[in-house]
Amino acid sequence: MGEFVAFWILATVIVGAALMVVLSRNIFRSALFLVLCFFTIAGIYVILSADFLAAAQVLIYVGAIGVLLIFGVMLTRDIRRGGETTRWRGPAFLIGGLLLAIIIVVVLNTAWPVTHDGQTGATTSELAKGLFSIDEGFVLPFEIASLMLLAALIGAISLVRDK
Amino acid sequence: MTLGINHFLVLAAILFCIGLYGVLVKRNAVAILMCIELMLNAVNILLVAFNRYTVAGVEMLTGQVFVIFVMTVAAAEVAVGLAIIIVVYRSRKTTDVDKIDLMKW
Repeated sequence: MGEFVAFWILATVIVGAALMVVLSRNIFRSALFLVLCFFTIAGIYVILSADFLAAAQVLIYVGAIGVLLIFGVMLTRDIRRGGETTRWRGPAFLIGGLLLAIIIVVVLNTAWPVTHDGQTGATTSELAKGLFSIDEGFVLPFEIASLMLLAALIGAISLVRDK
Repeated sequence: MTLGINHFLVLAAILFCIGLYGVLVKRNAVAILMCIELMLNAVNILLVAFNRYTVAGVEMLTGQVFVIFVMTVAAAEVAVGLAIIIVVYRSRKTTDVDKIDLMKW
């Protein structure tokens, strides 16, 4: 019951914040609403009993990506004109609404193979096992991800460096 | 009054479509990047919801492992994307994607 109420509060805040991100005229304000959206999504992860991911969401999205995006807004100084939209608002609304309707119809008419409906325990050590176990883990993708992060870091630095 | 998987799926669908609308409509490149982040977050919610409701117990957390990879890629994407936007802003004094059309045929 408490879970139910919490879900509806969080869902309302998420959808409202996402709408403000898209509709706000001031791009700095939409960046702040994006941070609010990330934070409430961490609450959704808590409801789904994914405790490690909730912490990672706050650290990576709210902490790193949010701050990086706000830096980007400040450095490009387009705050007043950030809310401008293209003239394709009607077709874009049509595409988005149509896709949403199709997805909702499909979701509600599919019998998902729900096998598990209870709270689970702490996930951190299980997550580490799923990531690093020898036979069914993801060790190689993990290493490739770290290489990709390094490449992105070097690429970002070499792009914005003064020549 | 219990939460089913459909609640989370519909929430993720709404979030994804809001992000899609923003990507199609916005003209500022930084705003487009923000809307892409919204879409990635919607997919993350989907992965975690499917992992909780359709896999028995806490033993299989493959969906959550995928979310970690998506977060990694999102962080790298924002870093490189913002670097490109700042470089373009330096040389052309705009972040309007309608005016960045040097490579358009």
